[in-house]
Amino acid sequence: MTIAAISTSIGEAGIGIVRISGKKSLDIGNKIFRGNKVEKLDKSLNRRLVYGHIVDGERDLLIDEVLISFMAGPNTYTREDMVEVYCHGGIISVRKVLDLVLRNGARIAEAGEFTKRAFLNGRLDLSQAEAVIDMIRAKTDKSFEASLGQLEGSLSNKVKNIRNILLEMIAHVEVSIDFPDEDIEEVTYEDLERSAYTVKEEIEKLLSTSQRGRILRDGLNTVILGKPNVGKSSLLNAILRENRAIVTNIPGTTRDIIEEYINIDGIPLKIVDTAGIRVTEDVVEQIGVNKAKETVEKADLIIAIFDGSRELSEEDFEIIDLIKDKKSIILLNKTDLPLKLTRAYLKSLLGEREIIDSSIELGTGLDILEKNIKELFYSGQVEINSDTIVTNIRHKSLLEKALENISQALIDIKSNVPIDCIEVDLRNCWEDLGEISGDTVGEDILDKIFAEFCIGK
Amino acid sequence: MKEVKKYLAGDYDVVVIGAGHAGVEAALSSSRMGLNTLIMTMSLDSIVALSCNPNIGGTGKGHLVREIDALGGEMALNIDKSFIQSRMLNTSKGPAVHSLRVQADKKKYHMEMKKVLEDEPNLTLRQGEIVDIFIDDTGVKGVATRTGAVYNCKAVVVATGTYLKGRVYIGEVNYESGPDGMFPSLQLSDALRDKGFYLRRMKTGTPARVHKDSIDYSKMEIQPGDDEIIPFSFLNVGKDLSREQVPCYLTYTTEKMHEIIRVNLHRSPMYAGEIEGIGPRYCPSIEDKIVRFSDKDKHQIFIEPEGLDTKEMYVQGASSTLPEETQLEMYREIIGLENVKFMRSAYAIEYDAIDATTLKRTLEHKEISNLFFAGQINGSSGYEEAAAQGLMAGINAVLNIRGEEPFILDRSEAYIGVLIDDLVTKETDEPYRMMTSRAEYRLTLRQDNADLRLTEKGYKIGLVSEERYLRTLEKKNAIESEINRLGKLQINPTKENNEIIKQLGSSILSNPVSLLDLIKRPELGYDIVGPLDLNRPELLREIRLQVETEIKYDGYIKKQMIQIEQFKKLENKRLDQNFDYDLVRGLSNEAKQKLNNIKPDSVGQASRISGVSPSDINVLLIYLEQRRREERIGSNG
Repeated sequence: MTIAAISTSIGEAGIGIVRISGKKSLDIGNKIFRGNKVEKLDKSLNRRLVYGHIVDGERDLLIDEVLISFMAGPNTYTREDMVEVYCHGGIISVRKVLDLVLRNGARIAEAGEFTKRAFLNGRLDLSQAEAVIDMIRAKTDKSFEASLGQLEGSLSNKVKNIRNILLEMIAHVEVSIDFPDEDIEEVTYEDLERSAYTVKEEIEKLLSTSQRGRILRDGLNTVILGKPNVGKSSLLNAILRENRAIVTNIPGTTRDIIEEYINIDGIPLKIVDTAGIRVTEDVVEQIGVNKAKETVEKADLIIAIFDGSRELSEEDFEIIDLIKDKKSIILLNKTDLPLKLTRAYLKSLLGEREIIDSSIELGTGLDILEKNIKELFYSGQVEINSDTIVTNIRHKSLLEKALENISQALIDIKSNVPIDCIEVDLRNCWEDLGEISGDTVGEDILDKIFAEFCIGK
Repeated sequence: MKEVKKYLAGDYDVVVIGAGHAGVEAALSSSRMGLNTLIMTMSLDSIVALSCNPNIGGTGKGHLVREIDALGGEMALNIDKSFIQSRMLNTSKGPAVHSLRVQADKKKYHMEMKKVLEDEPNLTLRQGEIVDIFIDDTGVKGVATRTGAVYNCKAVVVATGTYLKGRVYIGEVNYESGPDGMFPSLQLSDALRDKGFYLRRMKTGTPARVHKDSIDYSKMEIQPGDDEIIPFSFLNVGKDLSREQVPCYLTYTTEKMHEIIRVNLHRSPMYAGEIEGIGPRYCPSIEDKIVRFSDKDKHQIFIEPEGLDTKEMYVQGASSTLPEETQLEMYREIIGLENVKFMRSAYAIEYDAIDATTLKRTLEHKEISNLFFAGQINGSSGYEEAAAQGLMAGINAVLNIRGEEPFILDRSEAYIGVLIDDLVTKETDEPYRMMTSRAEYRLTLRQDNADLRLTEKGYKIGLVSEERYLRTLEKKNAIESEINRLGKLQINPTKENNEIIKQLGSSILSNPVSLLDLIKRPELGYDIVGPLDLNRPELLREIRLQVETEIKYDGYIKKQMIQIEQFKKLENKRLDQNFDYDLVRGLSNEAKQKLNNIKPDSVGQASRISGVSPSDINVLLIYLEQRRREERIGSNG
């Protein structure tokens, strides 16, 4: 199998590299690359940088202006044929290029797979073996965690629901095949068509949301933090310039975490508005508060807001405690009102951090905030957690594989192909989705059969 | 008890304990490969006893029988001699899951197999109970019978079925017994335990046998055999096996019967918790069905003949552990059985089985050299599953003695491979039955191509004659050249051709296509397009079938071939059986423990162990490469 991945840290300015390794590298490279002077990549261009464009031929779409290089094996990192595409930095461009590479026959590399191949193909020194094992182990565990982390919530539920429909279909097909004499209703093509159609639709829905970048949670994970009524939602709204979160002066109305995706001069931001940190007896709110704490743990950047018109409260100290090890920008808000909290005092508590005077009400300080975010990002002080993005791309490519398989099954169902053949595509689809949710155990099918159907002599 | 005085009764290469379906295949393969073999049975009257249902084959199982046949085993030939009804199941589905299932004449099945054993030159058939196996540090040395006979040998195949510490349950009554009124084997179980074997209890059940004349068939649906009889054995292809067939009958349980069961449920030892053994989910007792599927108001019951010379009828679907009086009462509520007379009662039997993960894929014990296990003792269920294991154990016992490479089939080569790999890799807790859904590569592992897949292997082992091997090669060539011919045969969109195609119910041509591509259309097939192919060679039915299947399922088969290629990569990465996984840094603790326990012989097998994750497999691959290079450096320097 030919594998591909983004090999630069995501979010860095400048160049992003997409790396392809395996037998089909050159082939894939040629499918997506249109050179300005060079017609085709081949051995004569080994290790040369070639200028041109990445083009999605299928959709006749220009993706990016790039430099590309073909490196013939075995004189490469993995000892296989490799192609590297140097595109514009920032995740949008590299992701599009990687997507295209995957659509043209590569598979997304597993965590540490380039290094694994390098080692297995004899490239790395024996003394590095243990380091390689540790690296792969760590990377796999980390990406697994990232994968699971993302699966909490709606994507996971949706994938599980689709898998359940598939499992019902497969179990019914299997029971019809393996227990032909039993008193069970044999699966019909009409049933299969209906269910397969639902599965296809659901996968398509997931994919289309993923294209809009909602379930694929790319972006600098930015969390707005502050006690109730300090102006978090107002800040979010000011940034969004749309009325997404409820703004009220009753403490605790933003109970759920609200997420929005915006783009500040090319920096993708996922902004998370949390329920106010507040010592509370209200159970519902408590859940929100706990979630906020959890969210802080996962954040790439925190914007903490303090109310300049009041003295620091118990909640404020809790926030200060929460963010002490985190990269954060501090807003001293409500500076239009008489100040009861001074910059100097805040600074003494928070150490060397940027503190911005603002009045979200009046719209002051927001430009400085945006400027600050940009500075932190371009200086590399904050980084997008790349594991998440890799997981996202993986999920998307698995969803696409699943879609391909269910579409094939649907075609076959419509032309009444024998069910044992249809089952191959159903099972592949089920396994693709299982790779997203992290389980593909075959015994499930037997369990389902015996739980649902009364069979046996 | 007085010590039995032992005497030396003979020297053999291989001793097989048990002459059931596993035992006879083991003994026949070993003797036919040229080794001096002894097969011991508790009773010469129960050789290949069909102690439960009177059929051979069915989904998955039929595939096994065909594979056994292609490798030179006896089961298919024996059932071809003794069947009394034949049906091909699943014909409305794809050819990969067509399954031959036949009704056997139980007595004839037994007698025919007994004759084969008696006539086998290198084989000694002997009645007697084995009570001990002699083992020293180098492996197996011999066996002893209850009557004091000691046989020295180089290898032993244990194929004891359900006899070990067998205990029969009928309601509140239970007693030590083998299946179907036979004696149980008690001492061998203890001897194995003394040697440190961990034995677990398993359970299976069988329905009552009833008198043929006590049944009202007019209330039932008759189930005749197929008109066209397809033999099990590839050696019988083209031969006329037709004979008068005996029908089976379909009837149903009633709500009244269910009520009787519910009222008496507490008298079932299963529900009273007396039976500790785990029964198979696919063979539930009628009590189980009624409890678990309480919304069903009736269940199917099949009445099947046990043979031509007996009036005993098998009541499929009504196995039970309820007391005898309740059994009769409830059977009489089955439609058509209102006046039924019992000849044998239904019962459950509990028996000792080993943990098959202690075996290699050759079915040899991992620690005791030349001690093999096959059949139900390994936690499988079914005659066919047993026979397949027996054959493989017998072959490998011979190869082991000769110091040759073992014979292992992998999951992509045969259902036998799937069966054994599952048994020795997965810690199953119920008796294992073959199902086509267990085979990942079902479309390529068809029952119709078992000969093409395996005859050559059987020939190389020495169980298949040269003549048979050459005939299979010819068949292979005939199939290939016919597919080639069809690919080259161009059908032009002429008026005449389109007229024919229209009549065949397919859409007309506007461009020339090959006949092969036409056959691919769902509504067409090899025989159907005959009118477009007037000069086609005359081919046997089985060859035409292969040609059609290969063409029609080409796309799916190719997909599976790619998967098989991937699968083989990991299968070919061998792991040492003496390997200590604790030494591998980076493996999870659970993986280390499981790997040390099961000792897989390939990375592929390791990946199928529950608890071994993909990242564990990555770690293993790196570690193997590291060791390989270290060894190379070591041998160079």
